Amino acid sequence: MKRKKMIGNIVRYSLYAAVAAFFIWAVSNNYFGYIFTQSETFLVLLRQHIVLVLVSSVLAILIAVPAGILITRPKFKKAEWVVSNIANLGQTIPSLAVLALMISVLGIGFQTAVFALFIYSILPIFRNTVAGLDSIDKNMIDAAKGMGMKPHQILFRIELPNSAYSILAGIRTAVVLNIGTAALAYVVGAGGLGVWIFTGINLFDNGFLISGAIPVTLLAILADYILRKIEYVVVPKGSRRIEKA
Amino acid sequence: MISFNHVTKSYGEEITAIDDVDFTVEQGKIVVLLGPSGCGKTTLLRMVNQLETITKGEIIINGENSKDLDPIELRRKIGYVIQSNGLFPNMTIEENVMLVPDLLGWSKKDKRTRFEYLMKLIGLDAKDYGKRYPHELSGGQQQRIGVVRALAADPPVMLMDEPFGALDPIIRDKIQEEFLQIQREVKKTILFVSHDIDEAIKMADKILLLRDGEIMQFDTPSEMLAHPKNEFVSQFFGKDRAIKSLSLHTVENLREVIGLGPVDESIQDTKTIHIHQDLRNTLSMLLNQEADQVIVTDEQGENIGTITIDLVQKYLHFEIKGKMSASQEG
Repeated sequence: MKRKKMIGNIVRYSLYAAVAAFFIWAVSNNYFGYIFTQSETFLVLLRQHIVLVLVSSVLAILIAVPAGILITRPKFKKAEWVVSNIANLGQTIPSLAVLALMISVLGIGFQTAVFALFIYSILPIFRNTVAGLDSIDKNMIDAAKGMGMKPHQILFRIELPNSAYSILAGIRTAVVLNIGTAALAYVVGAGGLGVWIFTGINLFDNGFLISGAIPVTLLAILADYILRKIEYVVVPKGSRRIEKA
Repeated sequence: MISFNHVTKSYGEEITAIDDVDFTVEQGKIVVLLGPSGCGKTTLLRMVNQLETITKGEIIINGENSKDLDPIELRRKIGYVIQSNGLFPNMTIEENVMLVPDLLGWSKKDKRTRFEYLMKLIGLDAKDYGKRYPHELSGGQQQRIGVVRALAADPPVMLMDEPFGALDPIIRDKIQEEFLQIQREVKKTILFVSHDIDEAIKMADKILLLRDGEIMQFDTPSEMLAHPKNEFVSQFFGKDRAIKSLSLHTVENLREVIGLGPVDESIQDTKTIHIHQDLRNTLSMLLNQEADQVIVTDEQGENIGTITIDLVQKYLHFEIKGKMSASQEG
């Protein structure tokens, strides 16, 4: 146990050291310079990036969560594998291919990028919603039914609160992935921080690359942090413990 | 009162899960559905609150045919307890217990009063436990909450599906006693599923023994032990059914029939037993200690005599075996 803890600490602190070294290296070479010298452009790109993520994530949540709920209802249970496979299929197509394909349908720009990100966010949310609802003890549902709860009461008062943890974990995964993938929006001319990242790659300019990539990383960490806080508020106290155990 | 009128349930042409079952649970009585697993006892129970459909026949609950009632309304009027307590982990104990009253739209004040009353019944502090969550309670406490939750809206009828099956023997025994105590106060009409013979003997006013969806015997526990109707019934209760039947008799019954022994003041350290204790416990107490007698005390705690293994044996012979052999001859 002690050994494990020690190894854990060594790994953690070397990681911190690596991050610190990276920042010192980047700052000493003035790689973050573009953020300050071109702050107006930076803010525009940042806003574009956030809007891309927000719009596509919200759309994905609005589609995937109700779809997950619907598919776990007894009436639709038989269709579960069909829908799950379609969602899985969506995930297997490379993101660049989706972008390329969508250009021919939706043209270049914002809507194409949003659509591609939306497709990618659906699966983790859908899958976690279904898993969360399926994992609820059948005896509990039986008790609820036997006590005279109506189906919608069972859904909103028993099933959703007890699967909230799983559903929110899916949303968190989707959003964090989404923030990274949104850098590809540059390819279809939808802007975002990808613009600087790809410029940096094309021009071998570490300054552009890092000024674009680090904010994307920080954005992902921030989103993860905020969603964890939300999770803490939304997931009922009683079922939180059970998820951890 | 619950009446089963020639109830049958079949799946397709081939399988008959419940075969022409016909019996009545009297007002305020406990009927235990007993039998080996797969005999249809749970199915029979779940037909009452329409969690299972009825193929043929009907179930009359307090004068109303269950088919004519809305399943949601019906279930809210029937207390339902299951083995794995079925408490909802996302709700506090108070929210769990007050769920049906909440569905029925009771006022906050009524719910509060009722909750306090129910928690008093099971000896838990309403203030302390109300805000806790199910996972913070022990298995025994959770099951007690499961039972009072079923009592919450004061339903006349209760269905209990192996409610104490998941508990360890000591806790189970205690909760059974507690429940009988509560039942004496609330007098519900109860259908109770069990696969445990001792539990059935202890809890039941009448036992319905099932095999493959058919009634083998429907009788009081003592009748069933003394006069098993067929080979299956006597085998099910086992060779030791004479000893099992001892739990239906108390020290007081013995005193009325053959009287107690005198108190021998010279013997020290003998244990005492209460006059309302059943004879099976008395016998195990006698067998477990070195002295061959225990002192019997009455309600006031006065010593009123002693009981020995010989006396229990004599009683067993006259009262129980005597009746058993008489019936076999007749």
